[in-house]
Amino acid sequence: MARSIKVSLIGNPNTGKTSLFNRLTGLNQKVGNYPGITVEKKEGICKLDRGIKAHILDLPGTYSLNTTSLDESVVIETLLDRTSKDFPDVAVVVSDVENLKRNLLLFTQIKDLEIPTILVINMADRMKRKAISLDIKQLEEDLKTKVVLVSSRKNMGVEELKKAITDFKSLDIEPCVNASVIDPVYFERLRKAYPNQLLYKLWLVITQDVNFGKIDRNRDLTDLKTTSFEIKSEADLKRLQHKETVVRYQFINGLLKKALSIDTATAKDLRSRLDRILLHKIWGYLIFFTVLLVIFQAIYDWSGYPMDFIDESFASLSSWLSNKLPAGPIADLLSEGIIPGLGGIVIFIPQIAFLFLFISILEESGYMSRVVFLMDHLMKKFGLSGKSVVPLVSGTACAIPAVMATRNIEDWKERLITILVVPFTTCSARLPVYLIIVGLVIPEGSILGGLLSYQALTLMLLYLLGFATAILGAWVLNKILPINRKSFFVMEMPAYKLPILKNVLYTVLEKTKSFVFGAGKIIMAISVILWVLASYGLGEQYTNAEQIVTEKYESENLSEKDLNQKIASHKLEYSFIGYIGKGIEPVVAPLGYDWKIGIAIVSSFAAREVFVGTLATIYSVESDGEDELTIKNRMKEEVNPILGGPLFNFASGISLLLFYAFAMQCMSTLAIVKRETNSWKWPAIQFVAMTVIAYASALAAFQILK
Amino acid sequence: MSITIAHLKRGESAIILHFNEIDVPLKLLEMGCLPGNEVTVMQSAPFQDPIYLNINGTHLAIRRETAQKISVERYG
Repeated sequence: MARSIKVSLIGNPNTGKTSLFNRLTGLNQKVGNYPGITVEKKEGICKLDRGIKAHILDLPGTYSLNTTSLDESVVIETLLDRTSKDFPDVAVVVSDVENLKRNLLLFTQIKDLEIPTILVINMADRMKRKAISLDIKQLEEDLKTKVVLVSSRKNMGVEELKKAITDFKSLDIEPCVNASVIDPVYFERLRKAYPNQLLYKLWLVITQDVNFGKIDRNRDLTDLKTTSFEIKSEADLKRLQHKETVVRYQFINGLLKKALSIDTATAKDLRSRLDRILLHKIWGYLIFFTVLLVIFQAIYDWSGYPMDFIDESFASLSSWLSNKLPAGPIADLLSEGIIPGLGGIVIFIPQIAFLFLFISILEESGYMSRVVFLMDHLMKKFGLSGKSVVPLVSGTACAIPAVMATRNIEDWKERLITILVVPFTTCSARLPVYLIIVGLVIPEGSILGGLLSYQALTLMLLYLLGFATAILGAWVLNKILPINRKSFFVMEMPAYKLPILKNVLYTVLEKTKSFVFGAGKIIMAISVILWVLASYGLGEQYTNAEQIVTEKYESENLSEKDLNQKIASHKLEYSFIGYIGKGIEPVVAPLGYDWKIGIAIVSSFAAREVFVGTLATIYSVESDGEDELTIKNRMKEEVNPILGGPLFNFASGISLLLFYAFAMQCMSTLAIVKRETNSWKWPAIQFVAMTVIAYASALAAFQILK
Repeated sequence: MSITIAHLKRGESAIILHFNEIDVPLKLLEMGCLPGNEVTVMQSAPFQDPIYLNINGTHLAIRRETAQKISVERYG
């Protein structure tokens, strides 16, 4: 008989919860969002014995059930609402053998909700090296549940865990700590007021609002506010929460005295030795800087080859199609609209994959926390937190996950400032624009004996410019925003771990996929619209283009090929897009651009990466489809209509680079900022300010350099 | 006068005595920063901020402002 069991995977951050999830589900997983919020929802299916399937939900990492952030509130919501479709049949709490004491706090809270709960002690392979011994029997007795030793890294104990999940009905659901001792009178009254509800659940619902206001407390306690029931002040509730934590720790300390022993003499660890170097007052910063340098050089150099290959493949596919297919609007749409548009998406895959590769290695290894530690003091001066470094660094991949990554910043002002300045960091959507422009206008050659090319150096400077602007912006915002800072900051320094290849690859695969399909849709839609606008027009100049051009050049004796080229250009100029472009031209001409770049910039306001695709579409409509030119070569041939000479020269190139460095050209980021700040005010300010800065600096650069 | 975590030098250990609830985030308590537990200063960043601690076996970092609010007693 096929049956399915709903399992929630819960645990502190850095306990290897995600590796265990990957072990259990393999590639059988999907990532979505919780309805209405942006927290990632990871689900997967694991096959158990006797044809039973386990639906596994990987909940966000949390230290306790006392909510202070959106991620944590997801965990609570899932565990409190018995009617929800995600409510688990069995909860699996993942702990790390080296941090068992702290991990058990969350376990005791979940156990008090009377949900069948299995305790997984992960990283069991480290026990021998760390001279840790555990009395599992004692643990099972006092915690009143099944305890499973697992190593998700070495694939140990996973089968035993699956068996425990299958047999979840035999688990004891009795709580192991009595939380009501913190204020017996109050809890007794609470019990009398709601005799049908679980006491500890009531307590959690009441305390939600103390630290985090968004939960819907009316769902289960419809009349909590209207009854004569005594409402405690916020300060009192906070004090009680502290007391509850103390009570739980007393229980845990007592238990672990009996069940855990660590031979401290042999527990000399790698962490402190590595920390001594990586957090060194000079070496620490040098190492961090070197790591950044290596990442940028690698992204520029390594992704260049697959990118050139993709660029050329799409160019030849396009011309092959237009030769093979019968001529007509469908062939044109494919070879001039859809294929170049698709190429504009696929070409980013190598860089995005590399970026996420590095970021996930830095996070998995535990090094990211060290960077936060090194940077906090400096960042604090600019109104940011050391934890802003993670969003700022992951902002180099994409501002959207970066804005979401600000959630663990405790202080609202520091968090808001981070959200507002993150879009200045060089996201991967800017990268293709940078790469193509840098390749065109920055000369080849290198410094440091060939170690660092001028082009890589320019790229590095652009990244630094992004960071510097973000930090400067933060400093200004810190001065002008009238919000008080509490300056709370707590960060775990996890043990160093060798990143697990499988986890890193899953992250890379999943992020790249979501980029291709998310951004891909926008890019495709825009390319089709652009193609239509560029391929059709009204008026005499458009419909009689062939005649007008032929007459104009009659005396010059042009070859047929050149003549066709002239006709195509003429048509494009008088197509719909030509009219729109000419309208924009006066605005962008002072920056050194022609109307085609103007169109590319305007369409980039949907998403920056559209820039290259737009130019590709415009140019391929313009060319008669026979030449198989790559986008880059085509750009080289463009001539500035006003000043003459190459359109993409040093001055206009720098001007474009600056424009893309500063402008807020990403609708998805604006939407996320709206969601995370809960108002349109902040994204509106962000959009206007960034665009003004972009225009002004691009204008200044072109006028000075030309 | 009692001393606080901010007074401890690198490598020094002490026992946590007390602190005022409003000065210390709940998250720090959850990570084991409770009266009676042992705290060791592992390292500190330039300007002694933030400070890297080992509290009760958990490695964590807090800002100097918070460290100054947690009073401790040195061993011996």
